[in-house]
Amino acid sequence: MRPAFSVVFLTTLIGAGQGLFLALYCAELAGALQLISMPDGKIFFAVGSLISLVLSGLGLGASFLHLGHPERAWRAAAMWRTSWLSREVIVLPAFMALVALYGIGHYLNWSVTLAVGAAATVVCLALFACTGMIYACIKFLQEWASPLTLVNYLLLGCASGFTLAAAFAAFAADNLLKAYAIGALGLTLLGLLTRSASLVRNSRIKPRSSLQTAIGIRHPRIQQKSQGFMGGSFNTREFFHGRSRTFLRSVKWLFLAFAFAVPLILLVSGILITSAALLCAAFVVQYAGLIAERWFFFAQANHPQNLYYQAIS
Amino acid sequence: MTQMALVIDLNVCVGCHACVTSCKEWNTSGSAGYLADDRPYDEDPTGTFFNRVQTFEVGEFPNSETVHFPKSCLHCEDPPCVPVCPTGASYKRKEDGIVLVDYDKCIGCKYCAWACPYGVREIDEHRKEMTKCTLCVDRIYNEALPPSDRRPACVMACPTSARLFGDVHDPDSDVATAIRERGGYQLMPEWGSMPANHYLPRRKTEITIHQDELVRADNPLEIDRKKPQPGRQEPALDDATSW
Repeated sequence: MRPAFSVVFLTTLIGAGQGLFLALYCAELAGALQLISMPDGKIFFAVGSLISLVLSGLGLGASFLHLGHPERAWRAAAMWRTSWLSREVIVLPAFMALVALYGIGHYLNWSVTLAVGAAATVVCLALFACTGMIYACIKFLQEWASPLTLVNYLLLGCASGFTLAAAFAAFAADNLLKAYAIGALGLTLLGLLTRSASLVRNSRIKPRSSLQTAIGIRHPRIQQKSQGFMGGSFNTREFFHGRSRTFLRSVKWLFLAFAFAVPLILLVSGILITSAALLCAAFVVQYAGLIAERWFFFAQANHPQNLYYQAIS
Repeated sequence: MTQMALVIDLNVCVGCHACVTSCKEWNTSGSAGYLADDRPYDEDPTGTFFNRVQTFEVGEFPNSETVHFPKSCLHCEDPPCVPVCPTGASYKRKEDGIVLVDYDKCIGCKYCAWACPYGVREIDEHRKEMTKCTLCVDRIYNEALPPSDRRPACVMACPTSARLFGDVHDPDSDVATAIRERGGYQLMPEWGSMPANHYLPRRKTEITIHQDELVRADNPLEIDRKKPQPGRQEPALDDATSW
């Protein structure tokens, strides 16, 4: 598939926003259970929610750039019974509303923030499920049609969110810095594990469709002689990344380095010397890595329609 | 349940692209709006087409066959493109099984095109809406047209009658008979989308000679009875002929 940057930014931005919110709520829960001493909550939670809200809002804005008719976007809430995209369209604003409520609640010292946070957590997890299922539910895009797609969206979103939380804690709540950084470390490692698993899985995929099933002729040797037109079309543009194999492979190693390896090193050193700069760098590097990761995720998916477009003439 | 569809006979398709051009001509002139057609006579032409004819070489020269393969929306009985649409713009009509796009509801997210394994949906770059073959839904019920013209434009245009149109669920229809008797098949059956459009495979070309063609029925000698006509099984004078 041709990676659309609007979708790349949508999924990475809301992922980080969701992860950051989960990090905030984890701190509140741990504080309520008296596992940690609570930080000066008011500003920390309100500003944290605001950052999460801004990230999700930017993601939502990016998603509009993907549409041919953004003015009709409101219609996209209609088919939630069948469409994961429609469900995401409902759940994302719901998540943003709950996070806003959560932040305001903390700022105004409401007593129900724990309950609002619980609701937002449920919606947040539902949003991860929707985002993942949009891709995992297309069964003939075999690279995506796997539970690993869901797991990766969840873990990579949480990892970048926790890294951001660690960087944020360095400014707003020193006592949470270590816990967040360790959480980010664990989630990044776990994400590395599941993303590598999906890379291994995808490298071994045998496509179920072939030129034989595509045109229904049972012969071992079929060659396309003409795709029916000399110029380009939607079919030749939308479903192929248009880059070389070498480029694709470079992006793979790039994202493995920038989304996982470098942030892991930065996080460890950030914990050891408690440096805000290192933790901020960890988030920036990891976010850049995740953009590459998402680009690769789209580019790697091989759409069976490409079978029909293998030779111009 | 009615399921209108095309049955395309690969045995007689000659790859002339008449279905492609007639499709574009009819559908770019419709009430839904024109279809994009950029730089048609310049370098790198591009545009929206609902129908394409592709060409494949099967086998290795000299034992090869050239197969022309027209491809348009297959109007699947379980269309994977319909449930994914977030707005309900993409839908399958109950009354005749045609898969259509309600252009006014389409937000142009392209998700349905991703969800179609056949690549038959194209976003129109100008209208920014998803477009696809409508089986000429604005022709086939159009009472302004004479009944013989109430068929898809591609079917009307095909010079070799390679395109049949009708209800594949009606066992007595031409299309159902053709599918049944000439080995009609579906594309990519592995995904369970059950395309309504079928393709008829290449056949061996054979000459069929009937019994009455072997004997000259209007032989004047036979009519005049001037010569004795031996039975066909009996030995004749030169033992080689019967009248």
